[in-house]
Amino acid sequence: MIRTEEMSFRIGTFQLHRLSINIAKGEYFILLGPPGSGKTIFLECLCGLKKINSGQIHIDGRNVTNLEPRVRGIGYVPQDYALFPHLSVERNIAFGLRVRGYKNKEIQAKITETAELLDIQRLLRRRIHGLSGGEKQRVALARALVLQPKILLLDEPVCALDEVTRQEVCAQLLGIQRRLGLTTIHVSHNLEEAFSVADRAAILKDGTLLQVGPLDELLDKPNSKFVARFMRREKNLPYRDNANRKK
Amino acid sequence: MKMAVNTPVRGWRDRVFSAAAFFFVSVFIIFVLALIVTDVFYVDKKAVVTVLASKFIRHALWMSIWTSCATTSIALLFAVPMGYSLSRFRFPGHFLADAIVDLPIVFPPLVAGLTLLVFFCKTSPGRWIQEDLGIEFVFQPKGIVLCQFVAAASFAIRSAKTAFDDVDRRYENVALTLGCTQWGSFYRVCLPLAKNGIIAGGILTWARAFGLFGPLMIFVGSFRGRTEVLSTTIFLEQSVGNLEVALAIALLLIFVALIAVTCIRLIGGSALVRL
Repeated sequence: MIRTEEMSFRIGTFQLHRLSINIAKGEYFILLGPPGSGKTIFLECLCGLKKINSGQIHIDGRNVTNLEPRVRGIGYVPQDYALFPHLSVERNIAFGLRVRGYKNKEIQAKITETAELLDIQRLLRRRIHGLSGGEKQRVALARALVLQPKILLLDEPVCALDEVTRQEVCAQLLGIQRRLGLTTIHVSHNLEEAFSVADRAAILKDGTLLQVGPLDELLDKPNSKFVARFMRREKNLPYRDNANRKK
Repeated sequence: MKMAVNTPVRGWRDRVFSAAAFFFVSVFIIFVLALIVTDVFYVDKKAVVTVLASKFIRHALWMSIWTSCATTSIALLFAVPMGYSLSRFRFPGHFLADAIVDLPIVFPPLVAGLTLLVFFCKTSPGRWIQEDLGIEFVFQPKGIVLCQFVAAASFAIRSAKTAFDDVDRRYENVALTLGCTQWGSFYRVCLPLAKNGIIAGGILTWARAFGLFGPLMIFVGSFRGRTEVLSTTIFLEQSVGNLEVALAIALLLIFVALIAVTCIRLIGGSALVRL
C-alpha cells in the first residue's frame, strides 16, 4: 500500500537517509524514535509537503513522488492538530469537502456520519478555542477522516494528552482503523503507545531507519545497541495485551 | 472573537503593578483628550460656520477622504502579496527587500516629496512617464495619491508581513492535504488568520495618508480647489493669520479621522466575527 524506495531528504545539516519501507494495506504501523530523529519530516515527505531529494514514494501501486499533497489521497493529522481557529468545529470538518466542491446536503451527511463515528456531535457548533486536548484530537481526526482517505498519517496524535485520555484515544484510534481498514502510520516517541496500537514498528534515529518489524521482534531481537536500549527502556507496558491488537 | 478577561489582582504587589500600568494609560488618554477639548473650547463658532460653508474647504475635505482611501486600497493591494512573499519565501536579496520596505517609514516625510519631484522632473524615466505616457503627477491630484502611497504604504506592508509571520505554516500544510492548492490555502486559511494585522496596517496607512502634509507641499503644492487637502489647508490658513479657521479645520480633521477609524474597526471586527 505504501512503499518508499531509497527516499532521501535533506534540510540544513539534517538528512533522511535512503529510507525504504513497505507498509501493507490495512496495517497499523508505528514509527518510533527520539525527538529530532526525522519522524515528522518523514510524514511530511509522504504527504508531499516536502519534496524529496531522491528516491520514490508509491501509494496503492501509484508513483506519487511528484504529485501535489491534495491528490495523494492521504489524511494527515499533524502534531497539535492545527485546527483552523477562525472556523467552528463543523466548518473545520467540512473544510476539505467544501474545497473539493461537495454539495451542502452531501457535506451535512458526511459530517453527521463522521461525528457519530468519533462521538463528537455535541461539539459541532463549538469554536476551536476552548476545546480540550482530547476534543481537539477527535475533531482533527474527523477533519481528516471525512474525506475517506485510504491512508491516515498521525503525527504524535496523543502526546499532548493526559495518561487516561491517551489510553482512551489510542483504543479509539485502533478501533476506527480496524473498522475502516485504514492503512495507518502513527509517529511517536512513546513505546507504550506502540504496544497499544501497532501491528509493526520501525525505529528511526538521526534520519536513518535502524530496524523494521513486529514489536516482539524489535523487543526480542534488536539489531543494534540503540534499538535494544530504546525498546528495553520501558519494560512495564500497561496495555500490551490490548484486545484490539491483531493476532 | 476572544473575550478580554480581567487579570485577577491579589495582594498589594499586584495592586501597585496595576496602578502603575493604569497610571500610564490615564496620563496618555487625559493628555490627548485635553488637547482635543482645548481645541473645542477655543474654536470660534463663526469660524466653524465659515469652514462648513466654504466650497474650497469642502473640496479639500473630499480630496483628503478620497485620496487617503485610494492610497489605503492601493497600499493593501501591494501589502498582502508583498507581506506574504516576504513572510513565506526566502529568495536572493530577501534581507535587502525587507529593509527597503522599512525605508519610507524611517526617512523624513519631506524627503519623499523631494525625491518624487526630482524623479519626475529630472530623470528620464520620470519625464517619460509624465511627458510620453501622459500620466502627470507633479502638481496634479494623482500626485497626492502617489505621494501618500510612498509615505504610507510601508506601514501596510510591514503589518501584513508581521501578520503572516504569526500564522503557523502548519495550517496551510493541513489545508494542502485537505485538497487546497497553494492559492486556496492562502485564501481560505492564511488570509483570514492574518486579517486582524492587515486591518491594523490599513488603519495606520490611512491615518498616515490622511494627515500627510510636508511631501504634498513639495510635490503637488496646495492649489485651491485642485490639489488642496485638509492638512495643507490648515497650514495655509495659519500662515495667513487665520488661526480660528485653521483650528476649525483641525477639529474637522480630528472628527473625520475618529469616524473613519471607528468604522474601520467595526467593519474589521464584524468581518472577523463572520469568519
